[in-house]
Amino acid sequence: MSTQMKTPDGQVGSREITCAEALNEAMAEEMERDDRVFVMGEDVAVAGGVWKVTAGLLDRFGPARVRDTPISEAGFVGLGVGAAMTGMRPIVELMFGDFAALAAEQIVNQAAKIHYMSGGKFTVPLVVRMSLGAGRRLAAQHSQSLQAWWSHIPGLKVVLPSHPVECKGLLKSAIRDDNPVIFLEDKMMHREKYTVADSEWQETIPLGKAGVKRTGSHVTVIATSSMVPVSLTAADTLAAEGIEVEVIDPRTLTPLDEETLIGSVKKTSRCVVVDEGYQRFGVTAEIASVVAEQAFYDLEAPVRRIGAMDVPVPFSPALEDATVPDVEKIAQVVREIV
Amino acid sequence: MSTTTSTPSDQLDAQFLQRMYSQMVSIRQFEEKVRELFERREIPGITHLSIGQEAVPVGICAVLDDDDYITSTHRGHGHCLAKGADLGRMFAELFGKVDGYCRGKGGSMHIANQDVGNLGANAIVGGSMAMATGAALSAQLRETEQVAVCFFGDGALNQGILLEVMNMASIWKLPVIYACENNAYGEYTATEKVTAGQITKRGDAFGIPSFDVDGMDVLQVYEAAAAAVARARRGDGPSFLVLETYRYFGHGINDVTRPYRTREEEDQWRQRDPIERLKAHLLDAGHVTSDQLDEIHSEIEQAMSAGVQFARDSDFPSLQEVTQHVYANENA
Repeated sequence: MSTQMKTPDGQVGSREITCAEALNEAMAEEMERDDRVFVMGEDVAVAGGVWKVTAGLLDRFGPARVRDTPISEAGFVGLGVGAAMTGMRPIVELMFGDFAALAAEQIVNQAAKIHYMSGGKFTVPLVVRMSLGAGRRLAAQHSQSLQAWWSHIPGLKVVLPSHPVECKGLLKSAIRDDNPVIFLEDKMMHREKYTVADSEWQETIPLGKAGVKRTGSHVTVIATSSMVPVSLTAADTLAAEGIEVEVIDPRTLTPLDEETLIGSVKKTSRCVVVDEGYQRFGVTAEIASVVAEQAFYDLEAPVRRIGAMDVPVPFSPALEDATVPDVEKIAQVVREIV
Repeated sequence: MSTTTSTPSDQLDAQFLQRMYSQMVSIRQFEEKVRELFERREIPGITHLSIGQEAVPVGICAVLDDDDYITSTHRGHGHCLAKGADLGRMFAELFGKVDGYCRGKGGSMHIANQDVGNLGANAIVGGSMAMATGAALSAQLRETEQVAVCFFGDGALNQGILLEVMNMASIWKLPVIYACENNAYGEYTATEKVTAGQITKRGDAFGIPSFDVDGMDVLQVYEAAAAAVARARRGDGPSFLVLETYRYFGHGINDVTRPYRTREEEDQWRQRDPIERLKAHLLDAGHVTSDQLDEIHSEIEQAMSAGVQFARDSDFPSLQEVTQHVYANENA
């Protein structure tokens, strides 16, 4: 699946891997480790999923544990809830995050609340994986980034990896977690190839611990998921202009690692928050207010935020690209506050 | 209480029948007490009584083992009691007290009892259909002989998720029994006004054996449930039972005038009362004497009073609990 790359001295030092492959490895290893883990969703078994994230799992683990479902999102997410309450650890794939709207009742009213409503008696160790993001010319019903919805609901954990190491380490943590976890995968990242050094891999990455993606002293850019690579590219551009950007990836929105975020902002005194969800009432609004409340007296400039435009994602490439934050937009906002 | 093999109802022994009788009387007395306590404002919020419907949970749960699953509804006190529950802890939950089954955090509409596989009442109409089906999938994956019974009302028949989960239960032969308590009204609206076609045909369409059952006769309910559970345990898949029944009171406890139906209609249904029906059967068959029945009633009355006292004596949860159990294994 992935190719081993050798260092000049002939030692195996790194390998090339996509996010889809890393996610696949996480599921396979957890299914190997724990009989209670199983996978279901639309086209996940025979076809290996539209993003090929579940490729090969059917052959390895059989049709009982790798299950193609009917196109019934509310139904099979709800089956996952019931199975999770009764001793299993389901991973349910929703092909597109947009389709989670069909299953919202089961996620919001059932999965998120059962532990609390039962006074701690029942747990729901369920992972719901879904894709997010624009960029593939899939138009308004296949391109949304709805992480703000799930982050608003007490009882859910919300995870957004931005690199194969995190895809693997965070998904393994999500599967082992006793709570319902919404796991959002950037659909532009699935097939992107990364070179990962052997030493970078971690067995699991804890939920609630942000990642420092680049250190810098002038401004903190807090970026999620698809916006992490864009922000890193913007940071390269700005470095050439003498602006040193620190890029922090919260990696999980619930729980949110406020300590790392605030620590960075107190160091740099400036903050820009970037997320591909709609800007209005979005993830950027929440994180910006956390920063404003906790680091106000350390700030040299207003906290700025950049989300997707508040429009349905248009089909035409000429329009779609304009709705998503890009390198130039991020660089421009940083320049405005430095 | 359960029988491991399905016995025809005319061969059930006197003790088994008496237990079913006692359970129905318990449910009725519990709900009469709830009504009184609600009116005296000792129970907050809203509650929905199932008085008149007792034969359904009792007849079905009589076939289940402790590790079988049920999901229940907003009208769920009967399911909870029939599956096995302590009266004091139930009252405490309805009072919002810490000794309740959910530490007072669920209340009447969310009462659950993990010890006996009660996955909980649900305040979303149709909200637990997928949960029950998922519990059945879990039982199948774990290769146990457990079954799941999904109780829901006729009001939930028109939720789309029923179609989704019946389809999956059928294609995967899941050990689930869909038990529709058709009490003729979805909240304040007559079922026939909002429900097209013959109800059992909805199950038939998925290849699920579907039956109309007299839900006012606990013995008929028992027999239908025994066959459905046996089928599920054999690995042959789901069944759909449409149990014709009636709630004597309104939708919620505040629905006093019941403008959508006549008092005459209610009286006609009361003539079919499930408790009176089993009582007559027990007396006719010589299974009990009226003295023994009086004794059963007075024992249940005493248990009810003790249960209420337990709830009154229990504390409200401390304020620290408000942030507990948002997440498992940690405080939020």
